[in-house]
Amino acid sequence: MQNQAKNLIDKLGIDARLLGMIGALVVIWVVFGYFTGGRFLSPRNFFNVSVQTASVAVMATGMVFVIVTRNIDLSVGSMLGFIGMTVAALQVQVLPDVLGLGHGMIWIIAAVAAILMGAILGAFQGWIIGYLTVPAFIVTLGGFLIYRGAMWWVTQGQTQAPLDPTFRLLGGGAEGTLGETLSWAFGVFAAVAAVGLMLLSRRRKSAHGFAIKPVWAEAALMVIAAGLILCFVWIMNSYPIPKGAMRRIAAAEGIELTDGLVWYHGVAIPVLILLVVTVGMTIVAQRTRFGRYIYATGGNPEAAELSGINTRMLTVKVFALMGALTGIASIIASARLNAVDVGLGTLDELRVIAAAVIGGTALSGGFGTIYGAVIGALIMQSLQSGMASVGVDAPLQNIVVGFVLVFAVWVDIVYRRRAGI
Amino acid sequence: MDKKTPLVDMRDIHISFGGIRAVDHVSVDLYPGEVVGLLGHNGAGKSTLIKILSGAYAADGGEIYINGEKATINNPRDARSYNIETIYQTLALADNLDAASNLFLGRELVTGLGTVDDDAMEAEARKIMGRLNPNFKKFAEPVSALSGGQRQSVAIARAVYFNAKILIMDEPTAALGPHETQMVSELIQQLKAEGIGIFLISHDIHDVMELCDRASVMKNGKLVGTVDVKDVTDDDLLGMIILGKRPGEDTPVV
Repeated sequence: MQNQAKNLIDKLGIDARLLGMIGALVVIWVVFGYFTGGRFLSPRNFFNVSVQTASVAVMATGMVFVIVTRNIDLSVGSMLGFIGMTVAALQVQVLPDVLGLGHGMIWIIAAVAAILMGAILGAFQGWIIGYLTVPAFIVTLGGFLIYRGAMWWVTQGQTQAPLDPTFRLLGGGAEGTLGETLSWAFGVFAAVAAVGLMLLSRRRKSAHGFAIKPVWAEAALMVIAAGLILCFVWIMNSYPIPKGAMRRIAAAEGIELTDGLVWYHGVAIPVLILLVVTVGMTIVAQRTRFGRYIYATGGNPEAAELSGINTRMLTVKVFALMGALTGIASIIASARLNAVDVGLGTLDELRVIAAAVIGGTALSGGFGTIYGAVIGALIMQSLQSGMASVGVDAPLQNIVVGFVLVFAVWVDIVYRRRAGI
Repeated sequence: MDKKTPLVDMRDIHISFGGIRAVDHVSVDLYPGEVVGLLGHNGAGKSTLIKILSGAYAADGGEIYINGEKATINNPRDARSYNIETIYQTLALADNLDAASNLFLGRELVTGLGTVDDDAMEAEARKIMGRLNPNFKKFAEPVSALSGGQRQSVAIARAVYFNAKILIMDEPTAALGPHETQMVSELIQQLKAEGIGIFLISHDIHDVMELCDRASVMKNGKLVGTVDVKDVTDDDLLGMIILGKRPGEDTPVV
């Protein structure tokens, strides 16, 4: 029986670690589903968990590259706060005076500013680490303190709110979604793209005469991939928008509401951003020279240098990318709350590192996947939301997450030893 | 052979690390189709000398001529542009990547979109490995899963694939069993016949006597001398390595 299962997994060519993480996720969902009388498994809860995961997961994809190159970034939580506060002040205090309140360009300028600011701060840290050879732990620990302090100076500690209405859509909420029709269109497009890419890869492999999976295995994987995508869209499209929010939207758009009318959320915009980032970062990791050099440098820095790779510049680029992703996460986090106070992003660096590590990124460098980090973030958020919904108080939540983190890494170490890598 | 232009001519090379003269005004040369052994104790400076040629270190002074023209080698990329390939003692492989990724590291094949073309690289890797080591089958695993000999063949394939004109081998047989050592010896003969010049760094006098045409011996960062292997005995070479004396001379040069 066990052999049969192993054989099946081999044929399908699925990573055993990926299966383990999905298994853990399903267990968490089922257990909390049971203890909440099914409330945890409602479309509403899945929608909320997906939105709450987005900010940390976006940063976790960047943290994978940082950790793979044998570095660490402790500054992302503070940097998120600093960027969030600066960009909030920009759209609350500066841009309305220049452009006029509610001007259509405000959200674009704010979003671009957030990403640029992150990239510049990150590149500067990367330069100190790569060229001045100060250890990443120290540089980003410094950044952790500096950004949190700098955040206070931006507005003398004043909370900035409310944010630009269009900017707020980037954080989700009743308005910040694709809506039903667009969500389905997105789902169909993603499913077709996934199946198409698998077909393309299969054709390339067989053109080179490499071993390919049996037709049934490939077909099963295509059905699973397309099914998961459409299932996700279906769940998001099953969460009705509350009456109050419907009236607000209807009033804003001048639509007459009738009694029987129900609108559904669909895929939230921050989740869409996360999916785009995940696909983009996966392409970078697996299909670009930059990605290849990141893994080579993590595996053997000396070999990478002898192969002509500029590992110092690589460090700058990796941290700049981490910063840019922190900028994106900052947009999501501040837009979701519609306000920025001096506590924004506190402890996020640890959540991000934990997500990457639970997702199978080795702190010794060289190993780690983007999808793993995203699932890691989802596992952590599911645990935390689940515990909150069964009434576990915050200190105990932290204790449980702490134990889970250590346990997950221990399992990963045992797995690596068995697999001989 | 002496009438031709040397493939590599390193003149008066010197480099110091923190006041220690690792390489002290050394000159060596190499002709096409020739194997030159570099001998000496640990710390004699042979690896350092060769790392200057492969671009890993920048010399403090001296000149390098490739095919009679002055060459500027500041980094491994420069060395590769002169068709200088190096097989390091440590093999310089990224253990977490597969054979094809290591073979093409720094010189990946790309698709029309500019993305790395793993399938094409694997196909090429299969071709060259089929020539060098037909038993090699582990193309999907990271190289950490390979044996010492298999790792060595990946490192050799990397040098051979890119049409090396000048090949530097640093202790190529140090970690190998007898069968694999034989394989490397045969490969050296084959590459030599193709007109490639090889610098062979070795501790092993027997290797040098068997494979090399000439031997340059270093001691304490200085060149003791360069001899034709057919003119000297094992003991002559040992005397050069240990005592720093040239054959037939009484006083040490170094």
